[in-house]
Amino acid sequence: MKDVVLALRQVRYENRAFWRNPPAAFFAFVFPLLFLVILNLLFGNDTISVEGGEVSTSTFYVPSIAALSIINACYTGLAQTIVFARDEGQLKRVRGTPLPAWAFLAGRVLHLTLVGILLVGIVVVFGAVFYDVDVPVDTLPAFAASVATGAAVFSTLGLALSGLIPNADAAPAVVNASILPLLFISDIFIPLQDPPAWLDLLGDLFPVKHFSEALQTAFNPFQTGSGFEPAHLLVMAVWGVAGAVVALRTFSWEPRR
Amino acid sequence: MTQQPAITVRGLRKAYGGVVAVDGIDLQVEQGEVFALLGPNGAGKTTTIEILEGYRRRDAGEVRVLGHDPERNERAFKARIGIVLQTPSVERYLTVEEAVSLYRGYYPNPLPLDEVLAAVGLAEQRKQPVRRLSGGQQRRLDVAIGLAGNPDLLFLDEPTTGFDPAARRNAWDMVKNLRALGKTVLLTTHYLDEAQELADRVAILVRGSIIAEGTPAALMGRETPTTIRFRLPPDAPDLVQGLPTAGAATVQDGYASLATMEPTRTLYELTRRATERGLELEGLTVTRPSLEDVYLELTRGREDEEGTP
Repeated sequence: MKDVVLALRQVRYENRAFWRNPPAAFFAFVFPLLFLVILNLLFGNDTISVEGGEVSTSTFYVPSIAALSIINACYTGLAQTIVFARDEGQLKRVRGTPLPAWAFLAGRVLHLTLVGILLVGIVVVFGAVFYDVDVPVDTLPAFAASVATGAAVFSTLGLALSGLIPNADAAPAVVNASILPLLFISDIFIPLQDPPAWLDLLGDLFPVKHFSEALQTAFNPFQTGSGFEPAHLLVMAVWGVAGAVVALRTFSWEPRR
Repeated sequence: MTQQPAITVRGLRKAYGGVVAVDGIDLQVEQGEVFALLGPNGAGKTTTIEILEGYRRRDAGEVRVLGHDPERNERAFKARIGIVLQTPSVERYLTVEEAVSLYRGYYPNPLPLDEVLAAVGLAEQRKQPVRRLSGGQQRRLDVAIGLAGNPDLLFLDEPTTGFDPAARRNAWDMVKNLRALGKTVLLTTHYLDEAQELADRVAILVRGSIIAEGTPAALMGRETPTTIRFRLPPDAPDLVQGLPTAGAATVQDGYASLATMEPTRTLYELTRRATERGLELEGLTVTRPSLEDVYLELTRGREDEEGTP
């Protein structure tokens, strides 16, 4: 119990430090919105076919950019900040105190998840106000469950990736190379209408597309059920477990020299 | 109850790959003592201190620190030690007092915030963001964080490396404050004057082995010659001949330099001769060996390509 308090205390300090660097915080929030605006400018008048009918591209982009927001905060953000903290010796320093390792990591993961969730909220509200994209009410529990699963899975993968990155200088390049191609083939930037079968399959292998599609379902106006996507969430969870195994094996508290 | 030593090390060994970093050392540090591990770069100081801190596993030997085996990484052990690493690495966007508070919260019985800040001399900077601190102030903050948990034992790994002389003096005062707080301190340094100034006892570590250990005074009182130096009168070059010296006298820039194991007898003989001839020995000095001389004497021939101390 006392350790949970310590973890929550970490969140508070992480959060405080985060907002003390306004340019970094500002752009963390502007970045997904920028994509939302640009992609809508480019493709906003088109329609795409979804299960049950046709929707405007805006209705596609709000959930896909929501997925991007979580991926940015939990995967990209976590992997990079962990590698930086490791290179600076911060992790080593913390390791020399009685603070349990999990409490430190939980603090950072929770903080970044909160940033991601706040971003999702901003994206959804922005979409409703400027692009008339209805906020789902009936499927909100399913949407929230998918966001939570995404945050957990991509945090685990972010931790796993941090263990594979040799140093802080390499971090941005490695993180981007690992995620950017997936964002293009996983219904984040582009709604792939008739992709070649192999590309479709490739996207299906990785968790990004499943995450995006789980969120799409919640935003599908023709959706009549609760909008839960257990199959998508299951594939994501498998990735989460794989990420945890890799993280446990490769995570290090000391700078790699 | 007899006091247990704070640190006991027997036959400690550690190799990286095939390279031996620590080659079977024994150490004992008493409670309340400031102990310095002195040695050139690459001597194994940091490896030793990091084994004692629990960061590294040893290959062989016995290690007890405050009654714990550091390798087991017990939380109760971490709660009683404070670690100051070589590189400053504090969350840059917190203020000084926030950073210290953050770390105080990790410990069961932390030192009051004001006491921590006063001990390291950062009371005036308490509201400043960490990233705006000078190099010396950052180092003080490192020590402050090491002190935050009110540790019984504080590890200081090269606390003043890269400091200018004024900052070093300040840091020394800080370490003396720690002694006044009754803390046991284990510090590593490659500065001799630092060990001499701060430490109750010093162990000299070269190439993974301890080659000498004792109080700075005892180390300096070892069998090391005293140096007598004076301007050699040009008309009396024979003044230095036949004196009870260790090795021949050297003359450079008009000054004669004598190394002797019997300073009293040598000096008596020298001044007797000078007085008889009515000569004044200008610039006469008698120098006790400094720790540096002892150190250089001891490390001579033990280092091949290693850096200068």
